[in-house]
Amino acid sequence: MHQKILTTILFLLLTTVALGQAQITGSVTDNKKQAIPGVSVALKDTYDGATTDSSGHFRIRTTEKGTFTVVASATGYETKIQTITLAGQPIQLDFALKEKISELNAVTVTAGSFGGGMGKKGLTVLSSLDVQTTAGANADISRAVNTLPGAQQISNQEGLFVRGGDSYEAKQFIDGSLVNRPYYLSASNIPSRGRYPATLFKGFAFSTGGYSALYGQALSSVLIMETIDLPQQSEANAFISPIQNSLGVQQLAKNGKSSFGFNYQYTNTSLYYALVKQTPDYFIRPRFHNADANFRIKTKNGIIKYYTTFSYNKLGVRTLNIDSADMKTAITLSNYNWFNAISWKENLGDGWKMTLSASYSITHDSISSQLQDAHNVPQYTFEKYWLDTVNFRLDRKESLVQGKAVIEKRFSNLNTIRFGSEYWYAQYDFVYNNINKHLPDQLSAGFAETEIYFTNSLVATLGIRAEYSSILQKAKVAPRASLAYRMGKGSTLSAAYGQFYQKPENTYLQITPSLDYTKATHYIINYQRQVRGTFLRVEAFYKQYANLVKTVPSYNNNGSGYAKGVELYFRDKTSFKHLDYSISYSYLDTKRDYLNYPTALMPGIAANHTATASVKRFFTQIGTGASLTYTFATGRPYYAIIPDSTGKAYYIKDQGKTNGYQTLDLSIYHLTRMGKAAAIWYASATNLLGRTNIAGYNYSYNGLVKQPILPPAQRTFFVGLILNWGIDRRQDAIDNL
Amino acid sequence: MKQIILAIALLATMGARAQSSKYVAAMQHNLQLLDSAKTTEDLAAVSQAFERIGDAEKTQWLPYYYAGLAQTRIGFADPKSDRDAIGQKANELAAKGEAIQKNAELCTIHNMASTIQMLVNPMERFKTFGIKAYTYLQEGYKLDPNNPRLYFLDGASTFGKPEYIGGGKEKAKPLFVKAAALFKAEKPADLYPHWGLAETERYLAKCN
Repeated sequence: MHQKILTTILFLLLTTVALGQAQITGSVTDNKKQAIPGVSVALKDTYDGATTDSSGHFRIRTTEKGTFTVVASATGYETKIQTITLAGQPIQLDFALKEKISELNAVTVTAGSFGGGMGKKGLTVLSSLDVQTTAGANADISRAVNTLPGAQQISNQEGLFVRGGDSYEAKQFIDGSLVNRPYYLSASNIPSRGRYPATLFKGFAFSTGGYSALYGQALSSVLIMETIDLPQQSEANAFISPIQNSLGVQQLAKNGKSSFGFNYQYTNTSLYYALVKQTPDYFIRPRFHNADANFRIKTKNGIIKYYTTFSYNKLGVRTLNIDSADMKTAITLSNYNWFNAISWKENLGDGWKMTLSASYSITHDSISSQLQDAHNVPQYTFEKYWLDTVNFRLDRKESLVQGKAVIEKRFSNLNTIRFGSEYWYAQYDFVYNNINKHLPDQLSAGFAETEIYFTNSLVATLGIRAEYSSILQKAKVAPRASLAYRMGKGSTLSAAYGQFYQKPENTYLQITPSLDYTKATHYIINYQRQVRGTFLRVEAFYKQYANLVKTVPSYNNNGSGYAKGVELYFRDKTSFKHLDYSISYSYLDTKRDYLNYPTALMPGIAANHTATASVKRFFTQIGTGASLTYTFATGRPYYAIIPDSTGKAYYIKDQGKTNGYQTLDLSIYHLTRMGKAAAIWYASATNLLGRTNIAGYNYSYNGLVKQPILPPAQRTFFVGLILNWGIDRRQDAIDNL
Repeated sequence: MKQIILAIALLATMGARAQSSKYVAAMQHNLQLLDSAKTTEDLAAVSQAFERIGDAEKTQWLPYYYAGLAQTRIGFADPKSDRDAIGQKANELAAKGEAIQKNAELCTIHNMASTIQMLVNPMERFKTFGIKAYTYLQEGYKLDPNNPRLYFLDGASTFGKPEYIGGGKEKAKPLFVKAAALFKAEKPADLYPHWGLAETERYLAKCN
C-alpha cells in the first residue's frame, strides 16, 4: 500500500507538478460526424495521450513544451496526425478519421453466393464440419448443400438442382478445375454419392446465380471447393463401418513446408443390403474402390497443390419392366474415373497475385441392359420395338484436359482487376450397340473483371467473359455485373446481373452438332444481415432462359423458359449455448419449354415450396453431438409425354403432382479416445417417420400404365467409427514433466 | 576541467536517472491501473497508455507486453468483444516487443491471443488457432523452460479441453503443480510480470 501511494506521488510529481501542465482537449469523429470511442490519441514520442470516451471526447494533460505531433489511431480507420505547439495554454484539437478501406471492413457482394468457409471474414455457412455433422447429408457434400435455399430436393437423383435448373446446369470446381463427373455412376432413380470426401476441403462456396466472370459453362449454379492447405500435423485416419472402410495418411515435412498424403476407401453394400431390405433386386451389389493421393508445397509466397483420385464402381440391378406383364430389365454398370488437378497460387508482391491450375480427367462408363423373363433368362423380341430397346450395350468415355490462368492486381484502395483465360480440350467417345460417335471439342475462354470500391460501403464488380467452342463453331460474350451497398453494421444490400452460356450436353450434340449455346440471364437482389453468430439472408431472383435444346420435331435451340422466386435463410450459432440451428425456405415458380415438352411446363425437377430446418446440439460433458434435420417440399409435377400418331409431335397423355417430400433425419456422434487414437462413433438414420416419398412416376411406352418411383429402401441407416492418430506433441509435453 | 567533466557526467547520469525513474513511475502507475481495471474501456485505455510508453521508449519490451496483456484480458473477459480484432492487436503488440527482445513472456501473449481467436468457434478453429496457441507455448518453453506462466497457460488450456481430445482435470493438474512451484520460486525483477499464482491456485483447487 505504501509503495502504491509512493509511486503515485512520484508519478504525479514527475509528470504534473514539476513543470506545470497544459491540457489538450477535443473529439474524434468519423466522416459522418459520428463519435468514435476507444481512439488512441497520443503525443508522439512522449508517454502522454488519452483514449476517447463513449462520446468521442478526449483530454490529455501534459507537461511537455515545444512542437509535437499528435497521432489519432483506431482499428478500422486511417491514422491521422496533427502538429501542435505546446506553450502552457490549453489546446482544442479535433480529428475526423476516414474509414480504412480494408479487407476486414469492406463490403463484399453477397448476391447469389453463399460464401463457404473460405473467406477470412464472415460466418461460414457450410464448412467441412457442417457437411459431416448435418443429419441427412451422411457426409456427402451435395446433400449438405441441398439444405441451403435454392437447391431442390430431388430424392431419386444425385446432383444439385438449383432454382429450376437441371443437375448438369450446376458445375463443380476443385481448386479452379472443373470436375467432369462429381458423382459415382448410378442406375436410374437410385441416387449415388459424390466422389469427394468433405474432409478434403477448407470450405465450400455455393453460388445460386449471378457468379463471377471467372466461371462459365454453367447455366444455373457453381459449387466452388478449395482443398485444404498444409495439414497442421502429420496424422493417420481410419474409418470402419459395415459398408465403408478407409485408411489414410497425411505426412507433414519436418520443416513444415510440404506434405503428402494418400487414402484408400472400399465400400461394399453386401452386408448392409442383407440387413436392410432393398426393393430392387441387386444381382451385383454396389461396390466402390476409391484411392486418392495429394501433395502440397509451400512456395515463397504461395502454395502448390496436387490432388489425384482414382475410383471404380460396379453394380447390377433388376427391376420389373413396365411395358410387359412379367418381364424384367436387368442393368449392369461399371465406371472408372481418374481425376487429377494441380494448382499454383502465388503472391507476386505489390498486390499482384497469380493462380494457375490444370487438370486431366477421364471417366469410362460401361452399361449393359437386358430384357429378362421371370426366371432371369435373357429375352429377345423383335416385333415389340419398345421392348427390344431394353437390350443394349453402351460404352461411354469422356476425357477432359484443362488449363486456367488468373492474374490479379489489388491496389492499395482495394480496387482490384482480375483477368485470365482458360482452355478445355474435351473428348467424348460413345459406342451404342454398333453406333460409334466421336466428339472432340476445344473450348477457350477469356475473362476480365474489376472490383471498384467507391467507399468502404459501396462496391461494384464488372466482368466480361468470352467463349468459343470448336464443336459449335460459335463464340459468345457474356457480361456480368454486381453492386453491393452496406446499409449498417453487418447489413448488406446487393444486386447481381449476368448472362450465362452453356453448350448443350453431349447426349444432344452426338445427334447433331449444329446446335447453339443455351443461355440464361440472371437478375438477383439480396439482403444479408450478419451480426456475430446470427446470419439472415433474403434473396429474390428472376431468370430468363433462351435457346434451350428441344428434341422435337428435330433437335433445335428453340426452347425457352423462366424461373423466379424468393429464398430465405436464417442461421443462429450463438443465442443458445452449444446450439446451432438454421432454417431455409425457397419459393420457386418456373416453366420451361424444352426437350420434348409440347408447351411451356413446370419441369419435374421443381417444387413450388421447399423448406429445411436443421438443429445441431453438442453436449460437452458427454462429448456427444446430435443433429436433426427436417426437410419439406411440395409436390413436383410429372408427365406422360408421348408421340402422337405421326411420331413428329408429342402430347401430354397424363399428368399430375407427387405427394411432396418430407423427411426427418438424425445423426449422432460421440467423441472418445481409444488407446492413442481420438475416436468418433457415428450413427445416422434418415426418414425416421417412415414417410413414403414418391419421387415421380414411370410410364409405359404408351402412357397407359404408371408406376410410382420409390427409393430403394424407405429408410437408410449408418454406423461407423472414425479413428485419428495425430502425431500430437502435446502428450509428450505432459509426459516429460 | 576535471570538475566540468564531472559536472557534466553527473548531470548526464541525473538526466538518465530522471528518464528512467520517469519510465519506472509511469510503468508502476499504469500497472496499478491495469490491476484495478474492471471494464473493457479501462483495459483498452491502459493498453493504449502502455503502447505510448513503448513507442516513446523504443528500447523497452515490457510496455508492449503489458499493452498486449491488457488486450488479452479484454478478449477473455468480454464475450461481446471482437475476438478476432483483439487477438490480432495483441499479436501485433507482442511482435513489437519481440522486435526489441524475444522472450517467453511475449510467447504467452501470442499464446493467449491465439486462444482468444480459437474461442470464436472452438469446434472449427481448434485445428488452426488451437494448434497455433500450442506452438507458441512450445516456443516459450524453449526460451525459458522454467517460466511459471507457460505452465499455467498450458494447464488452463488442458483443463478447458474435453478429456476425449487429451484434456481434463487429471492431465492439467501436474501442470498446475509445476506452475505453482515455479511461481513460489520466482523472483521477478522490478516491473517484470509476476501474475499467475493466484489463478493457478484457483485451478488447483478445482482439480482436487
